[in-house]
Amino acid sequence: MLKALQLEPEKCTGCLQCEMACSYENEGVFNPAKSRIKVFNFHDEGRFAPYTCTQCDEAWCLYACPVEAIAINAGTGAKEVLGDTCVGCKVCTIACPFGTVNYNSSTGKVIKCDLCGGDPWCAKACPTGAITYVDADGTGMERMRAWARQGMPPAGASVNAPAEKEIPNYESA
Amino acid sequence: MHHVVIGAGPAGVVAAEHLRKYDPDSSVTIVGGEEEPPYSRMAIPYYLVKRIPEGGTHLRKSSGYYDRMGIDVKHGRVTGVDTNANAVSLDGGGSVNYDKLLIATGASPVAPPIPGTDLDGVRNCWDLPDAREIIKYCEPGKRIVLIGAGFIGCIILEALVASGAQVHVVEMENRMVPRMMNETAGGLIGQWCGDKGIEVHTGTRVESIDEKNGALSVSLGDGGRLDADLAITATGVAPNIGFARDSGIDVDEGLLVNEYLQTRSENVYAAGDCAQGRDFSTGEYSVQAIQPTAVEHGRIAARNMARGHEHYHWGNVNMNVLDTMGLISSSFGLWMGADGGDSAELLDKNEYRYLNLQFKDDVLVGASSLGLTEHVGVVRGLIQSKTRLKNWKDKLRKDPTRLMEAYLANTQAVGHNAHVL
Amino acid sequence: MAWTKKVMRVNLTDGTIGEEPLNMEWARQYLGQRGLASKYLFEEIDPECDALGADNKLIYTTGPLTGTMASTGGRYSVVTKSPLTGTIACSNSGGFLGPEMKFAGWDMIIFEGKSPKPVYLYVRDGHAELVDASEIWGKSVWAADRILHTRHQDPQLRIACVGRSAEAGCLYSAIINDLHRAAGRSGVGTVMASKNLKALAVRGTRGLGGIKDPMRFIRATEEGKKVLREHAVTGQGLPTYGTQVLMNVINESGALPTRNMREVQFEGARNISGEAMHEPRKSDNRPNLTTNAACFACTIACGRIATIDQNHFAIENKPEYWRNSGGLEYEAAWAMGTDTGIDDLDAATYANFVCNEDGMDPITFGATVAAAMELYEEGVITTRETGGVEYKFGSAKALVHAVEAVAGGTGFGKDLGLGSKRLCEKYGRPELSMTVKSQEFPAYDPRGIQGMGLAYATSNRGACHLRGYTVASEILGIPEKTDPLVSKDKAGLVKAFQDATAVFDSSGLCLFTSFAWTLDNVAPQIDSACEGDWSAEKLVEVGERIWNLEREFNRLAGITGKGDTLPPRLLKEAAQTGPAKDKVAELDDMLPEYYELRGWSTDGNVSDETKQRLGL
Repeated sequence: MLKALQLEPEKCTGCLQCEMACSYENEGVFNPAKSRIKVFNFHDEGRFAPYTCTQCDEAWCLYACPVEAIAINAGTGAKEVLGDTCVGCKVCTIACPFGTVNYNSSTGKVIKCDLCGGDPWCAKACPTGAITYVDADGTGMERMRAWARQGMPPAGASVNAPAEKEIPNYESA
Repeated sequence: MHHVVIGAGPAGVVAAEHLRKYDPDSSVTIVGGEEEPPYSRMAIPYYLVKRIPEGGTHLRKSSGYYDRMGIDVKHGRVTGVDTNANAVSLDGGGSVNYDKLLIATGASPVAPPIPGTDLDGVRNCWDLPDAREIIKYCEPGKRIVLIGAGFIGCIILEALVASGAQVHVVEMENRMVPRMMNETAGGLIGQWCGDKGIEVHTGTRVESIDEKNGALSVSLGDGGRLDADLAITATGVAPNIGFARDSGIDVDEGLLVNEYLQTRSENVYAAGDCAQGRDFSTGEYSVQAIQPTAVEHGRIAARNMARGHEHYHWGNVNMNVLDTMGLISSSFGLWMGADGGDSAELLDKNEYRYLNLQFKDDVLVGASSLGLTEHVGVVRGLIQSKTRLKNWKDKLRKDPTRLMEAYLANTQAVGHNAHVL
Repeated sequence: MAWTKKVMRVNLTDGTIGEEPLNMEWARQYLGQRGLASKYLFEEIDPECDALGADNKLIYTTGPLTGTMASTGGRYSVVTKSPLTGTIACSNSGGFLGPEMKFAGWDMIIFEGKSPKPVYLYVRDGHAELVDASEIWGKSVWAADRILHTRHQDPQLRIACVGRSAEAGCLYSAIINDLHRAAGRSGVGTVMASKNLKALAVRGTRGLGGIKDPMRFIRATEEGKKVLREHAVTGQGLPTYGTQVLMNVINESGALPTRNMREVQFEGARNISGEAMHEPRKSDNRPNLTTNAACFACTIACGRIATIDQNHFAIENKPEYWRNSGGLEYEAAWAMGTDTGIDDLDAATYANFVCNEDGMDPITFGATVAAAMELYEEGVITTRETGGVEYKFGSAKALVHAVEAVAGGTGFGKDLGLGSKRLCEKYGRPELSMTVKSQEFPAYDPRGIQGMGLAYATSNRGACHLRGYTVASEILGIPEKTDPLVSKDKAGLVKAFQDATAVFDSSGLCLFTSFAWTLDNVAPQIDSACEGDWSAEKLVEVGERIWNLEREFNRLAGITGKGDTLPPRLLKEAAQTGPAKDKVAELDDMLPEYYELRGWSTDGNVSDETKQRLGL
């Protein structure tokens, strides 16, 4: 079964470990500005929202590409940018209605989440379990629950402590 | 079932692929009017700057791709459609029968009404032969006059300037890219070009082009004259629909289609630059001639052709993204404003940054920007999902850069691909 | 190499900006951030200079692990000469500014001179410019932050800014970054404003590379994170209650200084504790605390995001405060609650908001209000001086009045902006100022935690808990439990904490990791990231070197061993309640041993031998 990134904003503390892990895996440097996942800070409301491509079925970016530079990875289902083919025309950046394809002016090409080939570093680096890599069906369920929760008053303060986990291995990717 | 697609651009190729997917047992034929394998005009500027070889412009790159897909690609220029006989005629006398037909013949540049555009040194910038010709002039010392500062004109500027050529731009309107940028933003693009050594002449037209001593002389309406080795005309395009007249298909600005991209003839559909499809923002039918619309037309038309009318076409958001020598601009939907709507605007002239949002009630209906590259697609998302911004409208009016937050705040709990579009 | 190896030098007097290589010889001796910038300051300014004059310099500095995946690797410091204490000042902050400096390509930004008119520095990667600040001068940090984000059309811009208090000359103004993270103590914000420098706005898109052994580094940081998440304090206590986990604990230990340190226990502590922040309010059934929040790279997330009751008198007509912002940390809750005898959680939270909004150190602010309250109750000052408000202990109204007056630099706020030392001197009662070297104590009474008395007395920036936190050992048993009521053997403990702290403060890491980490956990992270060999032993030596360098700076500034003392109240007036009943701070029992362990003379000067041993 395909797996997907499950994002649970209510567990996010805004630490940006995901952005660093992402940029290191993809760019070889710690650089949140080039991260494919982004944490948004709703300061006045006191909440955070990690956000990235969910490899949507519609694949607006893929079809909008005029040079076939975005392709589906059969193993992961990720829509991947083929760096050698991308000409940097940016049509995909306006076509993606979720705003998750960005132009990288230093390379002249676009960047988006590719699920790190099936071992996403953001999920490994997230200390609180706000980003997990799970069976794709689960993410739909979680969204339904989020939908149900929407509009309900908070029961109390939300406290996000580090989640138990083994030390992840980053070398396999 | 035989699906025939006329036109081998993005709309045609994407439609053929989806016809194959939705109707695996059918036969699918693409009839392309050019000698080339199906290629993308969007990629031509990058070919001009030599970022990609000519093959890099091809829509599908692996060899034998169309054979493997079971798509028959034929070369031929369509001369007419017989909707009674379900057949298209080709120049040279052949014809192709269809059960369902998709017309995706695209558009062609319109020659401006200027004496001298037939001279040797005057070219369009539209297809690969044009590009091959222009590339010959891309060298230091050559003098190039670009007539028309629209989307195509701006996008090839970088290639022309990078070659070391001396470049003049002549635009009839009072600013660059007048059909996607307002005076503020279009003016800034002009200033940006000026900073990069381009001579920009706005608010004046080219009166005539003459040849003198093997070079061109371009006469301007303001009395000026520009000597040139090459003049490129980029003053607009029009749908390739001449062959469809008198065929029982309604023709206006482009081919008229209904909400299923079907023409008046039951078995004939149209997509892409030649189709006068529904505009999401206005609800009216117009020719958009942009890449995202072309491919979405292709997908929707294919689905409706193969599976019956199950995909209603709500219309496309007209949008563009343009890189004018490193200055990135974009425009979406009703960027010029909506009746009874209001707007928010941010300008930083020194940094060439601009952001203009247009609202109708608490819904974003349009936007234009300079220098915005982060999460820019969410503008389309907000427009097309008609997201009610509620209290976020006020926040956006104070700080329009918080677009992505506004989007997430109003949709995140739902999950961003949970049928919000 | 984890350092970017580049320093930006901004001359505010003539408006020039230059770039120079980081002095790597010094980096090998002082690591980064606090240590390295102190070395720069030591070499570049006359320690006797006027802290608010053009000759003082202001250094924004990061550590080698700032901007990396190391947990809490997001710290920066501001190093300068303090206008409050006259000592070297080094104030450390989290948030997101420090990493942004690194991502833009800079380890350090040195400001020198004084701008002829208000400016701010805008940095975008290699581009830096001084921009006219007339639009934001005279505005609060929060207002300026909004304006700069909008003006530069960049939600990701990271901003450090001073508030109106600093412009008005308050001597304990902080530099606030990311709206509510503060380089809080010693008046570094006052120095910034004195240079007509309103803000630093940074955006970095280059990123930080050059990690010496990336896979070993990431492994080491993951092992470090595991230790943090499995430790009771960093894995549970801090995320759940923040530093406010301490309020009830310290109160029960009889070491919670109350009403200007007249008492050591507060009957209202429960009402302003971390636990209380979780309890639903009667009026709207919402707790004060909304959520916890992390600084950059932090896997602990002790930060508090809180709201104030909309019906509270402080904000009932001020909708701009009807939203979330940075909530109470323990020291702030203590200073503006316990030390003033106020157990009104919402009033303290409001005062905390305003301290962030207009850039004041809440510890010194609260303690100065406490001193003013004692002056008032003693009849030394009256409503004539305070502007009509009764400054009685326990008066939330006085607190709200005070914080608004200091924020805006108006009325009695001018007096309060002097800090308690100068305030009490002005009104002829210097002994009522609870300070060391003119800086106010934080929230641990040395009568109940003896080690802290020595730590305060010898701190290189005046009274401070962040220069040697023996509370960890004496109360929490980290790394091992010592008796808080005993002064014996505390000299060695204080020295060990002081030196280790200097290392944490120079690395880019947060000191709070030291609840769970020793330098044995830190060394592998530094060693795999940075060129050179970095063992725990070497780091201890670096820490000691930094401590002695700061001490030398202070001696040259005219602040000697004579200043290593405590106010008479703590030395003579015994605690009246709790476990520390009848105890005074036994500083005299510890100080000589401390000097000896440090290798200093009996009057507290760094000896030549020690200098030589440490390469000073």
